[in-house]
Amino acid sequence: MPTPTKGPRLGGGPAHERLILANLATSLFEHGRITTTETKAKRLRPLAERLITFAKRGDLAARRRVLTVVRDKSVVHTLFTEIAPTMAERQGGYTRITKVGNRKGDNAPMAVIELVLEPVSPKQAVVKEAEKATTKAAKKPAAKKTAKAADEKPAAEETPAAESAEETPAVEAEAPVAEAAAEEKSEA
Amino acid sequence: MAVPKRKMSRSNTRARRSQWKTTAANLTTCPQCKGQKLSHTACPTCGTYKGRQYAAALRTEHA
Repeated sequence: MPTPTKGPRLGGGPAHERLILANLATSLFEHGRITTTETKAKRLRPLAERLITFAKRGDLAARRRVLTVVRDKSVVHTLFTEIAPTMAERQGGYTRITKVGNRKGDNAPMAVIELVLEPVSPKQAVVKEAEKATTKAAKKPAAKKTAKAADEKPAAEETPAAESAEETPAVEAEAPVAEAAAEEKSEA
Repeated sequence: MAVPKRKMSRSNTRARRSQWKTTAANLTTCPQCKGQKLSHTACPTCGTYKGRQYAAALRTEHA
């Protein structure tokens, strides 16, 4: 059984849905920022990001793959020559969705979806490192105590060795925590 | 197929509908303009969200 598409369906049929998403992607790459309903923005995001990944690859095959979705050659040209180089440093997360409240006519929740054109800030890496360090510092005393309790007699000799042994698993355990925190930040 | 035997009285209909209630939206204060806004949404009074400006979020009094 084929995996169903994630998210709600759009339009009157599969072809209509494809057209809606293709048109949304075209206007997004043309204007850099579009206002649409939250649902459409959420459906557009994975498609647009995949197209940008193709654009970053940059070869003729990738260009032809993109052209099957975005029919406008000039838009594809800007995507490959202008948008893709700005995203070179970025590893995914090329678009950003911000909710902007409900529409007047039908109270539909609206959102702005835009290309993230800012350069990747080195700040995020620094913050991650700092968080790792703090969690490490918090965990170390606790880990030491348990180690001491386990082998109390040669405690004086064992502690330096135990410390070095503890460091590697502690770092491994912290990595997912830090990643989860980073993910939360990017989502918010 | 099972069908209702009697017309439902106005009283019963209204008694049922009296339980339809709304809840007040949970608002937060905008860090930029101190106005009230929905969380995880751009501010409707100043249009900012996390230091970025969104003109599409701006709302006047009756819009």
